[in-house]
Amino acid sequence: MEQFASVKRSKDGQPVRYLIVDDSVFARKNLARMVESFGGTLAGEAGDGLTAITEYDRTHPDIVLMDITMPQMEGIEAAERIVQAHPEARIVMVSSVGYQENIVAALQRGARHFVQKPVKPEVLYEVIKYVLGDDGAVASAAGAGV
Amino acid sequence: MKMELIQPFINSADAVLAQGLQCTTAIGSLSMEEEAYRRKGVAAMVWVTGDIEGRIIIDLDPETAVRVAGKMAGADLPESELLVKETACELANQIIGNAITALNDQGFHFRVHPPVMHESAEGIKSSEDTEALVMCFETPVGSVFMNIALRYNRRRNADAVAAGR
Repeated sequence: MEQFASVKRSKDGQPVRYLIVDDSVFARKNLARMVESFGGTLAGEAGDGLTAITEYDRTHPDIVLMDITMPQMEGIEAAERIVQAHPEARIVMVSSVGYQENIVAALQRGARHFVQKPVKPEVLYEVIKYVLGDDGAVASAAGAGV
Repeated sequence: MKMELIQPFINSADAVLAQGLQCTTAIGSLSMEEEAYRRKGVAAMVWVTGDIEGRIIIDLDPETAVRVAGKMAGADLPESELLVKETACELANQIIGNAITALNDQGFHFRVHPPVMHESAEGIKSSEDTEALVMCFETPVGSVFMNIALRYNRRRNADAVAAGR
């Protein structure tokens, strides 16, 4: 997989920590590989919205990558509940169902951005930099991957 | 079954497979079936409800699923039953999600349900007015079958007519 210049946390230079939420193990593994290629680490995983809420409380990740269509509790409701409890939460919806109503509903309920599947690593990389804003710092080329 | 319902799924399958496998695909066969659908390999089924109702099945043999997973992950992956099922489900998710997005942009509204494995040796019978379209996408790593049985929601159609829409 292509390597990207590492995105670190500005405050302490540590890798960005991700919570990946998707009912597909295969999709979670693919996303995990992508965020590792961005220099990030996996804080936790969840296969449904309910587990995502408890995993967020447990791990306090820097970014959540959240699927929408999942059993038990869908991603938009889980995002809303997480943001209600943690207004600082940065949640990026990652779904193959990318019609406007879904995107608007997700953004209105607290998600910061939306990425449509199949996920292109270069698109996700740019979205993550945008969502982190000043809280993220891209390592120089010499320091990439460090 | 109306072509306007089917075309987004064909376009989506072509796009998702082409991007995931970094290749071009070709439709190898296409048929309408009224008989019960018998899976050819590992089959993931997604139901949709709303203005359009029905189900879509993505079906591929285990060896093809492992090769597809490896291509999509960018690395060779060890074959396992879980990997094979996950690949079928993820392909179904992506193909159907993208098609639903296109249909929604045309004004149709519906809900997509999480994929379930169709594991029965027996087929799934289409209802009397939802014959299924079966098509085979030929890719360099093997064949991927898509079975679509969709229809307009009668009650919603009747409501729309009654409302003068």
